[in-house]
Amino acid sequence: MSDLRELYQEVILEHSKAPRNYRELSTANHRAEGYNPLCGDHFTVYLDLEGDSIRDITFQGSGCAISKASASLMTQSLKGKTRAEADRVFDQFHKLVTGQSPANGNRAELGKLSVFSGVSEFPVRVKCATLAWHTLHAALQGKQQTVSTE
Amino acid sequence: MTTAAKRLPREFRPADVRDAGAEIDVQKVRRDFPILRQRVHGRTLVYLDNAATSQKPQVVIDAIRRYYERDNANIHRGVHFLSEHATEEYEGARRKVQSFFNAADASEIIFVRGATEAINLVAQTYGRTNVHAGDEVLITAMEHHSNIVPWQILCEEKGARLRVAPISDSGELLLEDFEKLLGPRTKIVAVTQVSNALGTITPVQRIIEMAHRGNIPVLVDGAQAAPHLKVDVQALGCDFYVFSGHKVYGPTGIGVLYGKSALLDAMPPYQGGGDMISSVTFEKTIYNKLPYKFEAGTPHVAGVIGLGAAIEYVNGLGMDNIAAHEHELLAYATETVSAIPGIRLIGTAKEKAGVLSFLLDSIHPHDIGTILDQEGIAIRTGHHCAQPVMQRFGIAATARASFALYNTREEVDALAEGMQKVREVFA
Repeated sequence: MSDLRELYQEVILEHSKAPRNYRELSTANHRAEGYNPLCGDHFTVYLDLEGDSIRDITFQGSGCAISKASASLMTQSLKGKTRAEADRVFDQFHKLVTGQSPANGNRAELGKLSVFSGVSEFPVRVKCATLAWHTLHAALQGKQQTVSTE
Repeated sequence: MTTAAKRLPREFRPADVRDAGAEIDVQKVRRDFPILRQRVHGRTLVYLDNAATSQKPQVVIDAIRRYYERDNANIHRGVHFLSEHATEEYEGARRKVQSFFNAADASEIIFVRGATEAINLVAQTYGRTNVHAGDEVLITAMEHHSNIVPWQILCEEKGARLRVAPISDSGELLLEDFEKLLGPRTKIVAVTQVSNALGTITPVQRIIEMAHRGNIPVLVDGAQAAPHLKVDVQALGCDFYVFSGHKVYGPTGIGVLYGKSALLDAMPPYQGGGDMISSVTFEKTIYNKLPYKFEAGTPHVAGVIGLGAAIEYVNGLGMDNIAAHEHELLAYATETVSAIPGIRLIGTAKEKAGVLSFLLDSIHPHDIGTILDQEGIAIRTGHHCAQPVMQRFGIAATARASFALYNTREEVDALAEGMQKVREVFA
């Protein structure tokens, strides 16, 4: 059970049950859809970009506990950040969930997102943890097509 | 306690060893499958993903090994000893498949890569010859993608229309609606015999009778049925029957298309190449007779021989005994899993085989699958390559336990215990 508790940390379970910023954003000027065809997870990320900074960010959709909590915590951590900052957090987050982040490395910038460290022990779940992030990336780039984890 | 039970890990040692099917000694059968002996995440493997692929008995593994160690040669073309021997083994396996499905003639058995290729073959040969603009192809709402997409490709190319017969909330085909969709424009019916996502056994006999009244040929997708039910293609009267070897304890990459010889004879070839010809000049090629017309190139000889060994293995146990064992096990699993609070079964047809699809509270099936995997229990989670079925039930995915002849009641109990763990994690 230890690996499982590491994966399904309380924060993750709590966010999956009560996701934050879970709504359509009427002021959104960027949006993108993300889809994981393997398990059917599907999210839309809405962005209100003012110049280079993320004034507001929300999401909607359906998915497993990992993907939903990841989307929820992502919106919390990126609100008010610049594109460059968001890119850097995604980069660190990606390293964290793929096990490329040294345990004693600089996780300070990740803040609460560190709870996803357990994902690295479950390679097939990396796609779940990163779906919302890939979707965000597409929204930031203004891509119209649905991004896929496949 | 029997010797067999003593060999089991403590957690699986039942107080009273009883075999589910009267004629199947399940503990003895389990020893035929080397993969089942291993431990996963420190737990005894409980393999309940048989609808995806079944495990292989030692006799199948040995047959493939023996072929490569002793008999490997190309077939149908050599005058030497090895080629003759390999050809005999290959054609012997074809006769085993013929007798397994009671086909009228061995030449009606075409070896292909699997059920998917078999359906594509029929769509691209029979379909392209006989389906024209304005015509219709009729399928059901519970087909696997492999019995949807090949027909969509055909319909798109020809300007034909794909019609879909609806299913009920329990996952049964609505036969009256199906019959209404049969019409003068229907050129072929393609229907699964057992739904991979729901476990429903469809009334193929009646479907075939209805279609044949209008002289419409019927393709039966037997990928999920062949491992669980005794199939007699002549008694069914189906025009085409397809299945995959790897779901019937045989190797991957080999499957079968059965077709009535009159239909196969009239169909153009699927692929051109070696072995499918009688003579070739640059002006004209004469195609080979059945079944070779549809077997271009060097076939998967080892796979065919492995499939032959798998069929012999299944015959040795008896398809009726296997069906009885699995039927009893599915009933026990349905009862056991239904008792778990928060369970919703997807697919509750009266006639089912091998498959138990379910949801647990609002927990995503993917999370269920990960937690069960940590307990050594392998199930499938997702849409099972049947997205329209998921849409029909308004869900994105299900968790699916699927059973084979080597599964036990104790494994069902392990599944139920695993589900309690899932509930604890998400409590």
